Amino acid sequence: MQDKQIEFIVQKVMEQLQKQFPAAPETVTPEPVTETTGLFFTEEDWQTSIPKPVYQEGTSELTSSTPARIGVWRAGTRPLTKTMLKLQFDHAAAIDAVGGEVLEKTLQEFDLFTVETCYENKEVYLKRPDKGRVLTDAAVQTIKEKCMHRPQVQIVVSDGLSASAVETNLKDVYPALLDSLKINNLTPGTPFFVKGGRVACMDHIGEILEPEVLVLLIGERPGLVSASSLSAYMCYRPRKGIVESDRNVISNIHPLGTPPIEAGAHIGTVLRKMLEQKLSGVKLEL
Amino acid sequence: MKTQITLLHKTYQFSGLKEILAKANEERSGDQLAGISANDAQERLAARHLLSQLTLSDIRNNPVLPPEEDEVSRIIEESINEKIYQSIANWTISDLRESLLDTNTTNQEIMRIRKGLTSEMVAAAAKIMSNLDLIQAASKIEVVTQCNYPIGHKGTLAGRAQPNHPTDSIQGIRASLYEALSYGIGDAVIGVNPVIDTAESVKQILQMTREEIDRFQIPTQNCVLAHVTTQMRAIKNGAPSDMLFQSLAGTEAGNNAFGISVALLDEANELIQKEGTGTGPNLWYFETGQGSELSSDAHHGIDQVTLEARCYGLAKKYNPFIVNTVVGFIGPEYLYNSKQVIRAGLEDHFMGKLQGIPMGVDVCYTNHMKADQNDMENLAVLLGSAGVNFLIGVPMADDCMLNYQSTSFHDIATVRSVLGLRPATLFEKWLEKMGIMEDGKLTVRAGDPTLFI
Repeated sequence: MQDKQIEFIVQKVMEQLQKQFPAAPETVTPEPVTETTGLFFTEEDWQTSIPKPVYQEGTSELTSSTPARIGVWRAGTRPLTKTMLKLQFDHAAAIDAVGGEVLEKTLQEFDLFTVETCYENKEVYLKRPDKGRVLTDAAVQTIKEKCMHRPQVQIVVSDGLSASAVETNLKDVYPALLDSLKINNLTPGTPFFVKGGRVACMDHIGEILEPEVLVLLIGERPGLVSASSLSAYMCYRPRKGIVESDRNVISNIHPLGTPPIEAGAHIGTVLRKMLEQKLSGVKLEL
Repeated sequence: MKTQITLLHKTYQFSGLKEILAKANEERSGDQLAGISANDAQERLAARHLLSQLTLSDIRNNPVLPPEEDEVSRIIEESINEKIYQSIANWTISDLRESLLDTNTTNQEIMRIRKGLTSEMVAAAAKIMSNLDLIQAASKIEVVTQCNYPIGHKGTLAGRAQPNHPTDSIQGIRASLYEALSYGIGDAVIGVNPVIDTAESVKQILQMTREEIDRFQIPTQNCVLAHVTTQMRAIKNGAPSDMLFQSLAGTEAGNNAFGISVALLDEANELIQKEGTGTGPNLWYFETGQGSELSSDAHHGIDQVTLEARCYGLAKKYNPFIVNTVVGFIGPEYLYNSKQVIRAGLEDHFMGKLQGIPMGVDVCYTNHMKADQNDMENLAVLLGSAGVNFLIGVPMADDCMLNYQSTSFHDIATVRSVLGLRPATLFEKWLEKMGIMEDGKLTVRAGDPTLFI
């Protein structure tokens, strides 16, 4: 509970800081322009207020106590325009994250080659989670040829349910992960990217490459708070028949959640403990 | 029982009732994932034609999951009134549909018929009914229940206040609760989903909601939606809980995956009768949803509509105060898009009501489904027309703890306004006393949560 509370406080503080010190593009004063050229929308512009609250000071006391969309007021029984558009905007980000693709450039930056699961296309991917757990025959062939067999640590990256989670966080989490492996005296094998992956594709990869431990960085189901949240699933000797409770996970990795650099640094420690205790999941002592 | 049908010149052969029931369903991704859906649109209609001509006795005599193998089947089988069943046993499913829709069939008559129906018969009827059929039939049925205060009367629409918070902050939960009340929402229940499933945490939330209910003398009831065993520990430690909550599945194996059994529910039922703070007689809140049995590999090859109907058959044993299907929560592999969610919402509401269940619906979706807020607004209005007992109220429909979207306080207020529905009677009186509502309309004070500080 305490960790979660701290996490939440950190998140709120960061949001506050962002409000007080908006990101660079927004601070740049635009060249004097005519009134008609454009609108600038920042977080503050979505704020609405109750016209005549019974207890004026109480409004911020309530709204600051929760990330829920309260104190928003109304037009008749309907929400105000801004409140409604903000909800639609947040949902739009989530939709784009599910439908998006990770750019080749991003993967090249980290020397990741790409293989696919049997997911076929986005629609089948969403309807048939079982297909995202199995690599194609071509993928099996490719990783057999290109990857170190029986590595100590196998790193795998996948888009999962949010391509933008990989786009947003890989640049911070990945170098931090490599550093933390070094610090913990661990040796990575040959990393790669899996397109259309589900968490349990770890088991199939485990069967093929037989790593001691495997870490999968995969995009989470997008929420409205963040559409770009990444999870790191870790498993000792992944193979067929592994159950959910045999895996460990660091979730909610994004700039306003678990900071990506911190998460990357923590993964090495977890993997080392798996190797020491020769197990993973709920029985692992962290 | 007939298992073959020739439509014009093409003959379709089915292996048995389980296959006919599955293939008669409107298309949905969960049945496809289970590998039991119709191969094409015409086979779907062949199954539906055949099903419409099967009799109620065909359904009863060919159990999809025999009572010897499953305790949910036993509960459903044991609940049948033999005399009433015998009086309708030779009805076809088509007869049942037409009887329910007949102008002369009243709520009173449906109350009699339901005592002779099994959950599978109810599911079969739903499968041969169109969306508007489901609305028409359900709208006749009135199921009134009472925990502390009654809800479910014709002409009313209640709302559950769902003031969740991502870290269970008591202040944060209270803030969202004030917002809910200021829009006239909270007559069904003040029900919080906790992040932390411990007896101590559950007790704290129950105590806070109890204090607020007492402080403003709100005619409602409280509940924390932790696992039933956690709530039982909290109640034994003195937590003031008006009712118990639990998620249900339609098979014994599905319930095992939820960590419950009929024996456990019986034990919990005894506890809430003796140590709950609710007046009763209805002291349970259940949630269900198509697809949960498949997700825990506990479906026995039975389709998700039939399994959902069985959840209500089980729920009935405990005379619940409220039950709602969480219709789009489980994801696109079970209900792919808005069309499938809307259909499932109407089916679930009808199947519950026909079995005498006080049905509400959590009209909701996740971000990886092909659905958006407009679709939820559509379904909310359809369900309002069908006479749904309650909807779920979340600040601006965005649940910041469960990470899905449902219906908002604004939405429930709007459905009431558009369809001329009122809050539960005593709750409306309270809203008038607080100056939030007048003649069934929100006043200028409504929407101001600082009223309650």
